Amino acid sequence: MAPPLITTTTISLLFSLHSFSSSLIPKTTPRIAQPLLRFSFLDFLGIFFSLKVESLMRTAVVSGGGGLNSIGSMSTLSSEEKSMVMSSEDSSSYPDEPELELGLGLSLGGGKAKPRPPPAKAAAAGSWDQYARILTAKDFPSMVSTKASSSSSSSSSSPAAKANNNNGSCGTKRTAEPSSPPGRSAVSQVVGWPPIRAYRMNSLVNHAKSPAMEESASAIDKSKGMNLVLDKTNYSSNRNHNVAKERGLVKTSLFIKVNMDGIPIGRKVDLSAHSCYDSLAHTLDHMFKLSAAVGATRSKAEEEVIMGGKRRPPILLDSSSDFVLTYEDKEGDWMLVGDVPWEMFLSSVRRLRIRRTAEVNGLGLMKGTGDS
Amino acid sequence: MDPDQSEDSPSNSANSHGPTQPQSPFPDEVLEKVLSFIDSRKDRSSVSLVRKDWYNAERWTRSKLFIGNCYSVSPEIVARRFPRIKSVTLKGKPRFSDFNMLPRDWGANVHSWLVMFAKVYPFLEELRLKRMTVTDESLELLAKSFPRFKALTLSSCDGFSDNGLKAIASHCRNLTELDIQDSVTDDVGGGWLSCFPENFASLEVLNFSSLNCEVSFDDLERLVGRCKSLRVLKVNDSITLDQLRRLLVHAPQLMELGTGSFMQELTPRQYEDIESAFSNCRNLQVLSGLWEATSLYLPVLYGACASLTFLNLSDVALQSSEFAKLLVHCPNLRRLWVIDTVEDKGLEALGSSCPLLEELRVFPSDPYDRHHRDGVTELGFLAVSRGCRKLRYVLYFCRRMTNAAVVTIVQNCPDFTHFRLCIMTPGQPDYLTNEPMDEAFAAVVKTCTKLKRLSVSGLLTDLTFEYIGKYAKNLETLSVAFAGSSDWGMQCVLEGCPKLRKLEIRDCPFGNAALLSGREKYEMMRSLWMSSCNVTMKGCRLLAREMPRLNVEVIKDEGNDDGQADRVYVYRSVAGPRRDAPPFVLTL
Repeated sequence: MAPPLITTTTISLLFSLHSFSSSLIPKTTPRIAQPLLRFSFLDFLGIFFSLKVESLMRTAVVSGGGGLNSIGSMSTLSSEEKSMVMSSEDSSSYPDEPELELGLGLSLGGGKAKPRPPPAKAAAAGSWDQYARILTAKDFPSMVSTKASSSSSSSSSSPAAKANNNNGSCGTKRTAEPSSPPGRSAVSQVVGWPPIRAYRMNSLVNHAKSPAMEESASAIDKSKGMNLVLDKTNYSSNRNHNVAKERGLVKTSLFIKVNMDGIPIGRKVDLSAHSCYDSLAHTLDHMFKLSAAVGATRSKAEEEVIMGGKRRPPILLDSSSDFVLTYEDKEGDWMLVGDVPWEMFLSSVRRLRIRRTAEVNGLGLMKGTGDS
Repeated sequence: MDPDQSEDSPSNSANSHGPTQPQSPFPDEVLEKVLSFIDSRKDRSSVSLVRKDWYNAERWTRSKLFIGNCYSVSPEIVARRFPRIKSVTLKGKPRFSDFNMLPRDWGANVHSWLVMFAKVYPFLEELRLKRMTVTDESLELLAKSFPRFKALTLSSCDGFSDNGLKAIASHCRNLTELDIQDSVTDDVGGGWLSCFPENFASLEVLNFSSLNCEVSFDDLERLVGRCKSLRVLKVNDSITLDQLRRLLVHAPQLMELGTGSFMQELTPRQYEDIESAFSNCRNLQVLSGLWEATSLYLPVLYGACASLTFLNLSDVALQSSEFAKLLVHCPNLRRLWVIDTVEDKGLEALGSSCPLLEELRVFPSDPYDRHHRDGVTELGFLAVSRGCRKLRYVLYFCRRMTNAAVVTIVQNCPDFTHFRLCIMTPGQPDYLTNEPMDEAFAAVVKTCTKLKRLSVSGLLTDLTFEYIGKYAKNLETLSVAFAGSSDWGMQCVLEGCPKLRKLEIRDCPFGNAALLSGREKYEMMRSLWMSSCNVTMKGCRLLAREMPRLNVEVIKDEGNDDGQADRVYVYRSVAGPRRDAPPFVLTL
């Protein structure tokens, strides 16, 4: 386990940031809603260490699970963490969030306040962003409106549940779920503010990203364009911006089309509601009724017993099944789903297609590093 | 069982007149005939208060029902009072549910209403729902219970899927309107469109622009071709430009069009074809959709814009230049919704191109300030106010504003009825003088005497609310966030503003004293919402005890301090406390 370094630079940065941010508290701060609860020293350490690691990696602040997991996961952070840390962007509803905030508050000696107005734009430059974001006070009611995430149309599988179950069911492709502090933008992310209808938010996000549009609309500067889906599509692009890409807490939808061989009408699935291939495959299975198609007669419970408590891999990820899940990536190539890390998949997928195995063999499908 | 006037009206019965009531100069049949011409809700309400026989005549002749808060009355009470209803409008959740401030499963389920309607109003023709939960089961019940059903509008509703819509399409033989606005559902599945029977041709309004589904284009094309009376067609983004062209060829008579995706690789020939298809639409008054439209494809529209009165660009982020070019072709524009990527420059072009403008809504492309874009500022608003003197409705999201600008704006446009200014940073002062924005809103309420709706933002002290209470005589809806200094502010509003109906407050330092000061007022209002303020359970209980005709509901947050009442919803009701309240809603 590589012990993270606590340098004097970091400490001084944190303390100076505290005085900076506290000077920005307006006179009319609404009262503190939440008493200091459930804070533990371990949480503090974990938060602190994860802060440090982030600064080392110079990535955008991310959203992730609660702070409690951070100690254990620190040991496994590697270069891949950069992408993993990006992954669990779903859900703004972490019951542990208050602890994170409180931990930071204590470390900086400040009391906890309700959402402060954000620091002036001048503050949002370079690495300040990360700290500023983490520190930004969060509206406490937003913590507990667990089901009311800003992107209203969450799919039937609760994103919060997914985030918490990550370690269990989706551990195959990575070693541990990093749990870094939830990301914040320079503006404090208060639930329901600015008051824009959830429908409109989703609309802005879902139609914002379009590579062709970027080419044709020359007036649109790439950084000024509608990159509201943020970095899912931009992440693996070659831009050398070191400006921390801000990731908000807001769960934004990422609907992509799914077609299946033999079915003329396609569907759409919200990728941001999933955090791993497993859950996506299960959802698609349900959507297109694939299990029924292959005549699964055993109930899931029975299957689990037979398999010794382990879940059978979903049909779409099972190489021996009749169906194969493929996706078209940004370059227009069709690839097998499941070969690259989830986040990389998210950043390059354009649409999905469920093909029947017989037809796949004729295609020149490109594969990733794994084998099917 | 035709509901016509020949039925015995209860006003004829001997018991309806009290012994002290003089004989009415009109026979009841005449009274009813006259009253049947009155449509306005307010007038009908006044009529029903004149005397008992008028009350009865009114209730027998009312055919349109409007219920602004579904919990203010119960289906039973409604059914008892109004026997002959053909059209129902029902609104459910408080407005802040649009911004995810209400937990799921809060309520406002339409099902119990439909069950009653199926029993009592078999000839129901129209149902318009807003912010209600509508399940597939409800839609199925609707489809099968009302043989004359014609018009369904679902605005900001949730809970339904493909199956419910399939039932509507399959069973409502006389359907003329299917209007789904801002739906909050997930992937609905597009099979429902194919369920309209082959001979079904009565559709006049079809709007599925907010549904996340892919429909069979062939079936859609056939449907549009059959429905010769179609005047409103709003498709979703699964429909391509070329497909749209084919639809337009079938329906050049359209008055309202919502396009699909406006980006597609087109050959020059296709480009010409779609241009001429648009030019053939001479009746177009409303245009929306335009997802992903770029400067390359916008020009195909120009031919259809001459008679345009409402242009909804809130789904496409245009730049100022292409926006300005488009506006040149829309001289008759009265309503415009746009995203702030057009910036101040675009709004200047608006001021010069569209002098008839009455409504402007500018939405933010970057609400969380991730990309530090400028968006629009006070300059853009000023420019519009100089060019468009008839402005009466504005919704403006910006990052900076000054008092001086607002004062000038309302001097230019004193006819505002709806003034909704959202300075996106909570508690932000005038960026030039660093003072609170009190003077801005003072000017608004003093100058705009017709003001009915106001949303305030920025750094505000109690002074703002003093002004509002004193001057806003016609104000009906007030939205406040991150503002005020003490209870006195809210008290001013509650003591002034004689016509106040809806008050929604969040994150303000108003406490129990303020809450209680309005106790009599709440019975004259539709509702009060307070969240993240200083109100406690004790205060709420006191209010509930003193005002039995109010429902005082607190939405409990887990892990929250028991004393604080974090989300409070108060509304008048003749139906008593909710019977379907979920566990996290406490009625005190």
